[in-house]
Amino acid sequence: MWSLFLRDIRLSIRAGGGALTGVIFFLAVIATIPFGVGPDLNLLARIGPAILWIGALLACLLGLDRLFQADREDGSLDLLVLGNDRHMLALTVLTKCLAHWAGSVLPLVIAAPLLGLFMNMEPIGIGATALTLLVGTPAITFIGAAGAAVAVALPRGGLLISVLVLPLTIPVLIFGVSASYGAVADPDPFLQPFLILAALTLFLAVLGPVAAALALRHGAD
Amino acid sequence: MRLIAENLGGERGGEAVFSGIGFALEKGQALIVTGPNGAGKSTLLRVVAGLLPVAAGRLLIEGGHADFPSVASACHYLGHQNAMKMALSVVENLRFWRDFAGADFLSAEEALETVGLDGIGHLPFGYLSTGQRRRAAIAKLLVSRRPLWLLDEPTAGLDKASEGRFGELMRKHCGEGGIIIAATHLPLGLEGAQALVMGRVE
Repeated sequence: MWSLFLRDIRLSIRAGGGALTGVIFFLAVIATIPFGVGPDLNLLARIGPAILWIGALLACLLGLDRLFQADREDGSLDLLVLGNDRHMLALTVLTKCLAHWAGSVLPLVIAAPLLGLFMNMEPIGIGATALTLLVGTPAITFIGAAGAAVAVALPRGGLLISVLVLPLTIPVLIFGVSASYGAVADPDPFLQPFLILAALTLFLAVLGPVAAALALRHGAD
Repeated sequence: MRLIAENLGGERGGEAVFSGIGFALEKGQALIVTGPNGAGKSTLLRVVAGLLPVAAGRLLIEGGHADFPSVASACHYLGHQNAMKMALSVVENLRFWRDFAGADFLSAEEALETVGLDGIGHLPFGYLSTGQRRRAAIAKLLVSRRPLWLLDEPTAGLDKASEGRFGELMRKHCGEGGIIIAATHLPLGLEGAQALVMGRVE
């Protein structure tokens, strides 16, 4: 399993891996918002956490279609599925998800504090948003894996995956943003939505890979 | 170890591709599957591997013990694609499959030497020619031990010398008690192999 993790990380940072595409897309979204919204610093600070979360969510979805498709195209996916007796397929999928998250999504979380400055956010708000992103984005990857497994055979599955996955990510977005606001707006709680966000991630870490494994198993042709 | 198929049928997308296929392979035996394009050779191999469901009949493996309880766990599947990553070096690819498949056999370097690719293990897989890629994929069969080899046109793109070397590898595998099922259009140099000719389903 560790070797699969390392392989996927290596692939994401080598040529054509697309580890940076997400970060650049994230940067592009966040950098254009102040021009569109206007120079109202208070307004920017108020919508900052939400914009960061939406930007990160969309950037997460960007690379998901390649999660299994690249392996399918070169025949590796067949061998990963055949390895089911040695490595349960759901665990293989979980490993691929973690590698995808570490390779493509973790850079977004690291970039988020810098981009928070663009939105004139307070340091504590930036910290809270980065923390919620750190805890919440794996959930998006796990849901996305199920979508990517369903659409693996389709040549242009990217948009379909986004449409399939986006409604399911809404709870993650809601609790992520409300925890981020909870850290800056006084009466709102931080801990409760944050814990629910963590619970969502843990729950989906089980459900997503199992669903994806099921789809991959029956999608082979 | 025995591999037995009785009255096996396979389908793709709900349409029957072949039916009524039967064979029994003992230790050290090989089965060469031939037939026109579209006869279902690749589908048969995928059904045997367990990548496609068995539509009719039975497929069972006997004497695999705890190590190889199912066909999927006992087989190396070499499909049309080589299952190697273009961006990784040949050795990195082989090391990954060695770790992932378990049951270590040869090291990545030894396996490359066996297929005549020593000295280019450090190159990215994408830099290799078609024949060299196929040979690297064949080296993948050697890095971990599996009794059953399922080969889908294994010699496509190989030159004469490599074909000969691969024939030797297959004979050695059978000699050690392995089983081979190969779908092919070209003679593979396996004497005493059973033959299965597939035709279109009428």
